[in-house]
Amino acid sequence: MSDIAIRVESLSKQYHIGKKQEKYKTLRDTLTDALISPFRRAGKLLRGQATGAAELDETIWALKDISFEVKRGEVVGIIGRNGAGKSTLLKILSRITEPTEGYAEIHGRVGSLLEVGTGFHQELTGRENIYLNGAILGMKRAEIERKFDEIVAFSEVEKFIDTPVKHYSSGMYLRLAFAVAAHLEPEILLVDEVLAVGDAAFQKKCIGKMGNVAQEGRTVLFVSHNMGAITQLCGRALWLEEGRLKLTGASSDVVASYLSAGTEGYATWKPSSAPPDNIEVQLKSARLLSVDNQPTTIIDYDSQFKVEIGYEVIDPVRNLSIVYRLVDSMGNIVFESMDTDSTDWNGRIRERGQHLSVCKIPGSLLKPGRYQLSILSFIDQVKIIEYREGVLAFDVSEVGYRLTPRRLGVVTPVLEWEVK
Amino acid sequence: MQIEEHIERPPIITAPLSLRADDVPVIRIEPSSGWVSLKLRELWEYRELLYFLVWRDIKVRYKQTVLGAAWAIIQPFFTMVVFSVFFGKLAKIPSDGIPYPIFSYAALVPWTFFANGLKQASTGLVTHAGLIKKVYFPRLAIPIARVLAGIVDFVLAFIVLLGMMLAYGIVPTVNVLWLPLFLLLALVTSLGTALWLTAMNVQFRDVGYIVPFITQFWMYATPIAYPSSLLPEPWRTLYGVNPMVGVVEGFRWALLSTDTAPGPILVVSSLAALVLLIGGAFYFRRMEKTFADVV
Repeated sequence: MSDIAIRVESLSKQYHIGKKQEKYKTLRDTLTDALISPFRRAGKLLRGQATGAAELDETIWALKDISFEVKRGEVVGIIGRNGAGKSTLLKILSRITEPTEGYAEIHGRVGSLLEVGTGFHQELTGRENIYLNGAILGMKRAEIERKFDEIVAFSEVEKFIDTPVKHYSSGMYLRLAFAVAAHLEPEILLVDEVLAVGDAAFQKKCIGKMGNVAQEGRTVLFVSHNMGAITQLCGRALWLEEGRLKLTGASSDVVASYLSAGTEGYATWKPSSAPPDNIEVQLKSARLLSVDNQPTTIIDYDSQFKVEIGYEVIDPVRNLSIVYRLVDSMGNIVFESMDTDSTDWNGRIRERGQHLSVCKIPGSLLKPGRYQLSILSFIDQVKIIEYREGVLAFDVSEVGYRLTPRRLGVVTPVLEWEVK
Repeated sequence: MQIEEHIERPPIITAPLSLRADDVPVIRIEPSSGWVSLKLRELWEYRELLYFLVWRDIKVRYKQTVLGAAWAIIQPFFTMVVFSVFFGKLAKIPSDGIPYPIFSYAALVPWTFFANGLKQASTGLVTHAGLIKKVYFPRLAIPIARVLAGIVDFVLAFIVLLGMMLAYGIVPTVNVLWLPLFLLLALVTSLGTALWLTAMNVQFRDVGYIVPFITQFWMYATPIAYPSSLLPEPWRTLYGVNPMVGVVEGFRWALLSTDTAPGPILVVSSLAALVLLIGGAFYFRRMEKTFADVV
């Protein structure tokens, strides 16, 4: 009993999306809603569809029925695709947001690091920000004073410590921010992807620091997309998928199965869960096709390919757009593209029935690596009808890649140059 | 769901952190519903953070302004000038036998503290959305810090008030010892109102429009440009339901020795302010769990 640091029992978190997803509503909306929704609800009841208020509001489970234990001194990695619930889990454990069901027990002082530089103020100097940020992360003043020199040394910004941070370069800013965070000494440390900052040399330093933390016997829960860091730092790993715990075990095993599941890619997609009721358009399929129309998961760097999205229009609406969003392995959104961008469908009404929207993506654009594709349907200026995250996964291979290796940037397009 | 537990831990070097099991605080995280406790003890434990938030607000308040902290004086002082010309000279509003400029300025100083505190605190949660989404701390610290930071402005404006008293040859009596109490009453009123508004502001941005309106309305409902002695009893005492009446009359009584000893008014005002604060704090805590998700 006493050697348990974190115990999580059937933890679930539900988020409201759809109608209530707007960032904020005006009182007027709420008042009109209050007036109208009873009638809408009554109407639904008469038609025998809904039974309560809940149906008016679409929800998703960001986490569903998660249970696990972490022993004291253990370093546990959390992996999974974007939107799998990793960050939500850390947010609940750091008490930023409440779970909807289940509970978690934490034995010891918790420090969480979900972002570097939280609370940094541009107008304050480096010195002032160290104190402020330290206090925000839960350090006592005496503790910050004791570690001050160490923090400054780690950040390598000694010369500018009394300069307002707005004059810092982004690299200096990140180094200072991470330096404060790295000197947190709680018994339990929750870390979210913060190592993915700064240049390669600084990242190496950060991972080294994390390694030290782990060796000091502290309990660490660590979210990362960097599989190398996970296997190197963590004894055990949890793999989350769609809010559920898919696998847990020795980190090397979990990472291996995560990666091998990944290499299959997802060239085709069919909805596994039924689409919500009463929606105007239902997303029915998504496929990744090579130039010769074969489903594929590996695309040569220099060859063109297609994204095909199938959907059924149930209730014809104006200004419908079908969109896909491409996300790289670092979680960057590479771009979004809509089928109304280059067609004359903007403002027209699509007939009831099955439709296909196909998009050609040129070769020599995407950087070799792994990508995920999310699809959504939405009505311009009105709402998102349906959003399906990470429905396809594919790799862009190095075949045909003739640029210098390790090019910086999100994309590696081959552009036209003229030298005079 | 079945989860296999086969754990192979890497060798661990034990650290200086080896606390005994029974020393370790246990936190249980679970869904809450309805009204929750204020957790004042926890707020006390976070007093250093509160201190740093206040300090930061003060530090950055007048950064990148030309006149800097002079703004703390300009606002009440020029209002006083306008009041003196229009209400004092032209409309000849009575001022309890005290020169009108100092009569109105003594009220404007605590009023400005109240109004600015209300404005700052009611937008605090939205301004600090980044913090709320990324770090845990008692959320009450934000509005409290924003109101407290206004004390610096108050002190600056108050120094001008002392200067004016000197110029008018007004010597305060021993009543001046009560002044901190009236300042506290202004603070409680400001914070209490702000707690309601800031918790609502997270959901409804209408609050951003409501605050200037409330402040203006409230100012006319407070005896700043006129004395409360215009009202006959018992209405005067009842007037204290607006806690700022107690504050303003208290300031005048303590500093300028008006004969409006605020006894019954003060009791009514203090009760009203406490109801506002306690109700606001509970409402704030009730809404708190939604902050990180919707802000």
